[in-house]
Amino acid sequence: MNGLLRGIIVGLGAGILIAVGALIGVWLERKVSARIQMRIGPNEAGPAGLLQTLADTVKLVLKEDITPTQADVPIFRMSPFLVFVPVAASLAVVPFAAGWAPFNIASSALFFLAVPALSVVGVLMAGWSSRNTYASIGGVRGAAQMISYELPRTLSVLSLCVLAGSISTVGIRDAFRWWWIPLNLIGLLVFFIASLAELNRGPFDLPEAESELVAGYFADYSGIRWSVFMMAEYGGIVAASLFAAALFFGGGLGLPGIAGAVVFVFITVCVTVAMMWVKWTFPRMRSDQLMGFAWKVLTPMALVQLLIVGLVVPWL
Amino acid sequence: MTLEVESREPVIADDGRAAERLVVNVGPSHPSTHGVGRFIVTLDADVVTNVVPVIGYLHRGIEKMAENRTYLQVVPLTDRLDYVGSMYANWAYCRAVERLAGIRVPERAEYLRVIVCELQRIASHMMGMGASGADTGAFTMFIYAFDVRERVIELFESLCGARLTYNYVRPGGVSRDTPEGWTDDVLAFTSKVRESLSEMDKLFFGNAIARGRLKGIGVLSAEDAVAWGASGPTARASNVNWDLRKHDPYSVYPRFEFDVVVGERGDAYDRGRVKLLECYESVKIIEQAIAQMPGGIIMTDGLPRLIAPAPGDAYDHIESARGSLGVYLVSDGGPRPYRMKVRSPAFCNLALMPKLAVGHTLSDLVVVLGSLDPVFGEVDR
Repeated sequence: MNGLLRGIIVGLGAGILIAVGALIGVWLERKVSARIQMRIGPNEAGPAGLLQTLADTVKLVLKEDITPTQADVPIFRMSPFLVFVPVAASLAVVPFAAGWAPFNIASSALFFLAVPALSVVGVLMAGWSSRNTYASIGGVRGAAQMISYELPRTLSVLSLCVLAGSISTVGIRDAFRWWWIPLNLIGLLVFFIASLAELNRGPFDLPEAESELVAGYFADYSGIRWSVFMMAEYGGIVAASLFAAALFFGGGLGLPGIAGAVVFVFITVCVTVAMMWVKWTFPRMRSDQLMGFAWKVLTPMALVQLLIVGLVVPWL
Repeated sequence: MTLEVESREPVIADDGRAAERLVVNVGPSHPSTHGVGRFIVTLDADVVTNVVPVIGYLHRGIEKMAENRTYLQVVPLTDRLDYVGSMYANWAYCRAVERLAGIRVPERAEYLRVIVCELQRIASHMMGMGASGADTGAFTMFIYAFDVRERVIELFESLCGARLTYNYVRPGGVSRDTPEGWTDDVLAFTSKVRESLSEMDKLFFGNAIARGRLKGIGVLSAEDAVAWGASGPTARASNVNWDLRKHDPYSVYPRFEFDVVVGERGDAYDRGRVKLLECYESVKIIEQAIAQMPGGIIMTDGLPRLIAPAPGDAYDHIESARGSLGVYLVSDGGPRPYRMKVRSPAFCNLALMPKLAVGHTLSDLVVVLGSLDPVFGEVDR
């Protein structure tokens, strides 16, 4: 009973964190892209347009929830949540403070990498159940891409596990030393790029490629169900940024107290902005280039990182 | 009308497996069809095996409408042909009328026509390159290109009051002289635009992902470019040195120093980059034209209000941003054209679509289409 209660509280917390993260994330993305593209971005609703996302959310909630007549209705209705829930679940093992994560399980690093990957089922189901050619192609692309990028992403975190001698996120964070940052630069880069692909963010946004597939696997969704997909995307960004800040930078660079918390948030925001910066600068890759990049560049890079760490660890 | 589309029945692939072909309907409302183009695409897994372009969604019967209007009233219709390069259609039509009716154009008007058309070339190429960027997901490139385009359109707005449908070039001259300080504004623009162009070159054409996406896609050989009647940047990217401004000089173009930009491989990358490099040449022409521009009248004197050429026909063509844009006019001696026919470069270039896209993936289809830079107002007419 105690575990169930805790689960409900953590679930609510993750939901609120993602909702707030998505609200701020969408606003930030609009502002960052506007700055990159010599525009102003939202500036009317609230100070600096901060309430614009709120207004959009209200609009989305009030919109009609359309289900195509040809769609496989139960699966169509269910799939946005199948994409969202794994992303929310992954937040449960993020070490928000030194020695503390909402759920401190022994193999939490593995949990963080494995559970969000389940979203791929939702993506595939959304694409398939829409009975729309574009959506089907998007769903299949998403499945191929997310599975391929699992490997380099996991390998990049593995080198941290070797360094810390633990596959618990809390353990890795607590074992952090400042010289891990230069040592793990390649791993950080691989994790960052693989996370972009995992989240279907540009330049790897093939499953939803606007210019080719209109909106890909969520082409037929509208209103609140569409916004659940968006929440999942921004929730994923928040989770990946938090995870990168907590593990690759040891939370707040291992600083104690308030200073550590401030640095932790700062690094998280920096990673988030970097993701947006990349998206709004680079063109989109093609599916075969994307696969080639995962297997020929990122995976060897992650293995090299693992080798470097493997050579260093015996001397500690 | 019936369309020949491959059925969805299983077909046997080369290796003996049963393969199902997937038919995808791209357009007429699709983010990357550059208007209302429609393509029925047959896919074998991710590879395009057949493309059937379906045109006519923007057919307004402009050539037929022209038969019921006086020669001067047709000019606004030509604005609606190539709506991202209205000045060209204005000019091509007016040249045909002038040839038909034997009207001489004052020198200052010729210079103004050259200046606005070269500005239009920059604006139109920005649209083409920007759309290529947006097609590959580089939306920032699109916005950068539109920033330059916007500055050109503001110049046009101050010149003739319109942002898209200018109705500026008229039989016998141009509609208005330059407002005060306009040439200085143009020179201020040209001095800044080179920087913007090199910025875009680095942002998009220098980007490794963009190179990977564009190079080797939709390769058009020089022989095919000629055989299929391609013109403009599409032909020049395939190393066909053909530019009406040089090879059938009209107006005052022989007085300017500029180079014809040609590509080497004829792929989507070259078609995009040729457009970028042509903008530098346009800047050169504009600067020379402003330096040489004489004073005087901008509309020929003694032009009758109702032009009624003697019976006969005339054809004239100019180099538009998309290629050789020709207008053929037949007169029966009355005040209205008996027949007008537009030779539209966008239509001819679009015909290459099935040839260039087959064998590439669905993602490359939009890249090929973007590199051909069709404007459906001109394709469908």
